[in-house]
Amino acid sequence: MMITVKDLHKSFGKNEVLKGIDLEVEEQEVVCVIGPSGSGKSTFLRCMNLLEEVTSGDVYIEGDNLTDPKVNINEVRSRVGMVFQHFNLFPHMTVLENITIGPKKIKGHSKEKAEEEARPLLDRVGLQDKADVYPESLSGGQKQRVAIARSLAMNPKIMLFDEPTSALDPELVGDVLAVMKDLAQEGMTMVVVTHEMGFAKEVGDRVLFMDEGVVMEEDTPENLFDNPQNPRTQEFLSKVL
Amino acid sequence: MEFLTESHYYRVMPFLFEGLVYTLMITIAGLLIGFVLGAIFGLARLTKNKFIYGIASIYVEVVRGTPILAQILFIYFGLPDLLEWNIDKVTASIIAIALNAGAYIAEIVRGAVYSIDKGQSEAGRSIGLNKSQTMRYIIWPQAFRRMIPPLGNQFIISLKDTSLFSVIAVSELLYMGQQYYGTTFAAFEALTMVCVLYLCITIPTSLYLRKVERRLDV
Ligand SMILES: Nc1ncnc2c1ncn2[C@@H]1O[C@H](COP(=O)(O)OP(=O)(O)OP(=O)(O)O)[C@@H](O)[C@H]1O
Ligand SMILES: [Mg+2]
Repeated sequence: MMITVKDLHKSFGKNEVLKGIDLEVEEQEVVCVIGPSGSGKSTFLRCMNLLEEVTSGDVYIEGDNLTDPKVNINEVRSRVGMVFQHFNLFPHMTVLENITIGPKKIKGHSKEKAEEEARPLLDRVGLQDKADVYPESLSGGQKQRVAIARSLAMNPKIMLFDEPTSALDPELVGDVLAVMKDLAQEGMTMVVVTHEMGFAKEVGDRVLFMDEGVVMEEDTPENLFDNPQNPRTQEFLSKVL
Repeated sequence: MEFLTESHYYRVMPFLFEGLVYTLMITIAGLLIGFVLGAIFGLARLTKNKFIYGIASIYVEVVRGTPILAQILFIYFGLPDLLEWNIDKVTASIIAIALNAGAYIAEIVRGAVYSIDKGQSEAGRSIGLNKSQTMRYIIWPQAFRRMIPPLGNQFIISLKDTSLFSVIAVSELLYMGQQYYGTTFAAFEALTMVCVLYLCITIPTSLYLRKVERRLDV
């Protein structure tokens, strides 16, 4: 199993946001998470690389229990890429520096080696000509593709996406989704929180519907979108589709 | 020409230049140390560790809550009296500026680091950088740019503060002016030139800062 989540609970103060979530993600699987705003999707995703401290329950990444204090969380995080809704590129670094900072500082690669490895990644996200510009001069879609390349530079086994296209103008969504689709086809294990039902249908192996801190329903995209069983899922889908 | 070179405006200048050298030296040395103190205590005020936070807060509050004149007298007369050591005037002045500016710089550092979007450190941590790498490569460089205008402002404040050290007779700019009119009675001329020299430093600095600020805004 690439990811195993067991009875995950997360509270912010008295507010219990995740109320017992279980999940298993196999190698090369693409799991999409959908659900209304505030249902805990981001929190769930962020628990998978411990950006949020887990209140109780266990999260295993390739067998390593993240809640075990002996596990080197920095090392685990380098195996789990994360892409944010608002990109979070480093504005004081060029595109190339954004991509190479991880390999340079964590893997100890020389500048030359890190840059040599970064070029094909830029090709892959279609931004070879943007290597030396600063993020501020990029469009949202380009920024998000740089953010994906930055994660990929660490050769992660798993990629987590938190609404990667929600902050983009509609005409820029396609390029980012195309990059993600390529990744999925190359066999990347992915968990994607998304409002793009089309993407979930086409690329997802499995779709989770979350509401009020629990997974209400979980199924293949065909079944979940065309024949939802849970009334909450039905209600949600009728609003968004 | 003779009229000019005979005037007090002219004759006071060698004294004042000597004073200006001390003023600049005390300000710059004091601020360099003060920046190190400010970075340490500013970051300490951002930790979750209550003890470290407490120590840093005490330092900042004590310094900001007392006048710098009392601080210099404390360092030059108070502490040596208690500890029976000797300290020279320039060293005492540098320490006073360092400790005083350090507390204000701590607040500048804290504010600047705090103002960097949380997503930046999350992005750093999620590629696998540890806490200190994230601070060093991601947060600090961005925060530092935001510190430049307030640090420049602190430079102007500290430069003017050194004039208070005339009370311990350190040969800074104002003191040298006072020395001159003490013997010549040309107080107006001497003090005019003292102020002109302060302005020669402070006005260009603040013009430059405004330029930097505009550049950082965009
Ligand atoms: N750092 C935090 N401190 C306190 N409460 C938080 C924090 N982060 C999230 N929450 C709360 O947890 C709940 C779930 O938030 P979360 O961001 O996981 O929802 P979401 O499903 O991702 O929603 P959206 O679709 O709007 O992104 C919300 O009620 C939110 O207010
Ligand atoms: Mg969210």
